[in-house]
Amino acid sequence: MASEKRLRIKTLVMVLLMVVCANAGDLLLKRGMAQIGAVELTAHGIAQAFVQTVASPTIWVAISFLIGFMVSYMTVLSWADYSYVMPAGAFGYAVLTFLAVIFLHEAVSPRRWVGVVLICVGVLLVGQTKPRTTEVPSEAVA
Amino acid sequence: MRVFLGLAALILGSTCGEIAITHGMKSVGEPARLRPKAVLRFLARTVRNGWFWTGIPLMALSFYALLLLLSWEPISLVIPASALSYVVGTLGAKFILGEDVSTARWAGVILVCLGVALVAAG
Repeated sequence: MASEKRLRIKTLVMVLLMVVCANAGDLLLKRGMAQIGAVELTAHGIAQAFVQTVASPTIWVAISFLIGFMVSYMTVLSWADYSYVMPAGAFGYAVLTFLAVIFLHEAVSPRRWVGVVLICVGVLLVGQTKPRTTEVPSEAVA
Repeated sequence: MRVFLGLAALILGSTCGEIAITHGMKSVGEPARLRPKAVLRFLARTVRNGWFWTGIPLMALSFYALLLLLSWEPISLVIPASALSYVVGTLGAKFILGEDVSTARWAGVILVCLGVALVAAG
């Protein structure tokens, strides 16, 4: 069915957008906070960290990506099953591991590789099921 | 005991929150097109949805529980334990949202749950 195929493609695109935004957001947040350094847990330390955080362009770019994640997540949930999108989003953990190996030359333990393989197989299995199993409500008129 | 309660708040907060948001998003309906203007209109409909605002505080509660847990327990225990939310979320999707979770989907969810636990454990 053509509409079924279209549903699959737009779900896939949105899930990929979700994963990219979430990973980019987390990595940039980590980089931004590393630039600021360890926060001292005193009223003064927290206040200082807050000022540095809102003044950091890296943090703002990170927040934009995280907003992008939230918007794409909500958008895909407006048509696809929660039980389809949630496990599919775990694909991000696998992507993050590959990125860590390629760009950061991190050593990855065998246990973690087993986890990555399980995630990939699991996501492929979920990906084969129908993205939407509940009834389509009367389309919201926009 | 407090760790158990913390994990319950972490897992139930995030899954109940996401279930409420999913329910809300289904009633908001999908954007007419995936263009900026239509997506903005869609977001404007979303922020007027009660279920959306039910979900947000639940997710905030979950985040707060995560911070507390991380102050009590090592991260290598907390994050793998939170992978249970894939299973709890799927149960919620089936029994609360009425989604049809096929055998293949269950198998996939369980593999993802185990995989995330292993990856997070390092």
